Amino acid sequence: MNAEILLEFAINVLSMGSLYALISLGLVFVFGICQLVNYAYGEFITVSAYVLYFLGAFTSLPWPVVFLLGIASGVAVGFLSELVAFRAFRERSLDALLVTSFAVSVILQRLFQLGISPRSKAVPIPAFFNMNIQILGVITPLRNLLIIGTTVVLLTALVLIMKYTTLGVAMRGASENFVTARLMGVPANLMISVAFIISGFLAGVVAIFWSARTGSVEPMMGATPLLIGFIAVVIGGMHSLPGSVVGGFVYALIANVLSLTLPSSLLSFRDAFMFAIVIAFLVLKPEGLLRGNYQEERVG
Amino acid sequence: MTNNPVLEISDLYVAYGSIQALHGICMEVHQGELVSICGVNGAGKSTVLKAIAGVLKPRSGSIRFKGKDVTGSKPEHLHKLGMALVPEGREIFPSLTVEENLRIGAFGRRLDKSYAADLEDLFTLFPILKERYHQAGGLLSGGEQQMLAIARGLISNPDLLMMDEPSLGLSPALVDQIFELIIELKSRGITILLVEQNAQRALGIADRAYLLSNGKIEYSGRPQDLEGSVDITSVYLGGQNGGDV
Repeated sequence: MNAEILLEFAINVLSMGSLYALISLGLVFVFGICQLVNYAYGEFITVSAYVLYFLGAFTSLPWPVVFLLGIASGVAVGFLSELVAFRAFRERSLDALLVTSFAVSVILQRLFQLGISPRSKAVPIPAFFNMNIQILGVITPLRNLLIIGTTVVLLTALVLIMKYTTLGVAMRGASENFVTARLMGVPANLMISVAFIISGFLAGVVAIFWSARTGSVEPMMGATPLLIGFIAVVIGGMHSLPGSVVGGFVYALIANVLSLTLPSSLLSFRDAFMFAIVIAFLVLKPEGLLRGNYQEERVG
Repeated sequence: MTNNPVLEISDLYVAYGSIQALHGICMEVHQGELVSICGVNGAGKSTVLKAIAGVLKPRSGSIRFKGKDVTGSKPEHLHKLGMALVPEGREIFPSLTVEENLRIGAFGRRLDKSYAADLEDLFTLFPILKERYHQAGGLLSGGEQQMLAIARGLISNPDLLMMDEPSLGLSPALVDQIFELIIELKSRGITILLVEQNAQRALGIADRAYLLSNGKIEYSGRPQDLEGSVDITSVYLGGQNGGDV
């Protein structure tokens, strides 16, 4: 294997892994705080993508403003869905929360279908995103490098926030032991709101890079990133923020290795191989690569 | 002793689902007092503290804190009003450092000079925490974790410090240390509500005591008078009442 192929492989894994890491991080932030597997997370991404579409297609706003508003819409939908839908059921039971997240997901999908269009819409993305550039003999679209850079910046910022701000320390404490954190004066509503806001923020960033890659948005587009997030989280560990990031990169590594090594006749079954690996993880290492400090209660 | 108690509980009923845990508890804690709640396992001691701290919602009855009705308030709200609970089993945040554990204990406080001064003061009480300041809480020994749990309760300068079984699972030497510490805290004027299974030790240092049995108060008063008024074996061993627990 020569150096160029290796570099190309590395760029592919890192760019795909960066995107997947952001996706799964958005899921785990909410799960860590309120043990909710948020099925509506994919729709957070879709909402942001639609905002990118509307602003890009019908206004002449410069792209940085469009991107910021797209991310802001992700934050807004995260914050508002918690306030309007999840908060009311939170005290009831975890099952109620889970069903609520299905409901939010389906309601948003139907709203997109009825209110916008069941067909996919082209999302205008600035041309430089998909411009091919050459580094050390490897040609790759600029967006692959942009997502890597964005992810490095975001992860660094999140690490600093979680480590050095009182809010971040409280979030980590609350994700290990929610009741005790409340006993220490940490407000439950604030923690959960912030978790949904961060989740929505990440969904907004993901929407930019996802629609840059696919070029379009449609009502069900959230399903694929959601599935990817689940798989990455299963691999990396549901109870650990670093685990979810690791999971995203490992997912990308496995997917790229499969793409390279599978004979072309089997390539269309790549996802099936991917799922087989996930099943293996569930059987052999159900806590994921990084287990975190959460204590699992036994149920069987 | 002032006329208005710091904590005033009247006719408190608490249930876990359909299982009634507390049957009409009445209790008072005054400024500067050390009050201890004793009773066998399952008598409802921890339930009382959890209801006061807002972890459990009472079915009926009322809880007044510093003259204010706080029945059914959220734990974070009660902490802000000046309650602190050192939970049973210590409940340290394992991956957080000692520093971060204390910082959560001080949630809502500005990390200013007065915080730094209080921290220094805590280090004179718990020198080990200064040594372990940057270590993860989960790596501390049981005794050190208990120190951290108590320090985490104290850092908010509470008007009422509640401790749930602080001596549980500790070696006899450490139990001595914890009880000496409680006496020291009392001498500093801190109002303390102490739940202990180690009734003998708890009664030895308490101003007043409540004896809990099957979710009811069997006895309340000064520990010295306790011996004459109830069957003492029910305090230590559960006696006839504790037999069916």
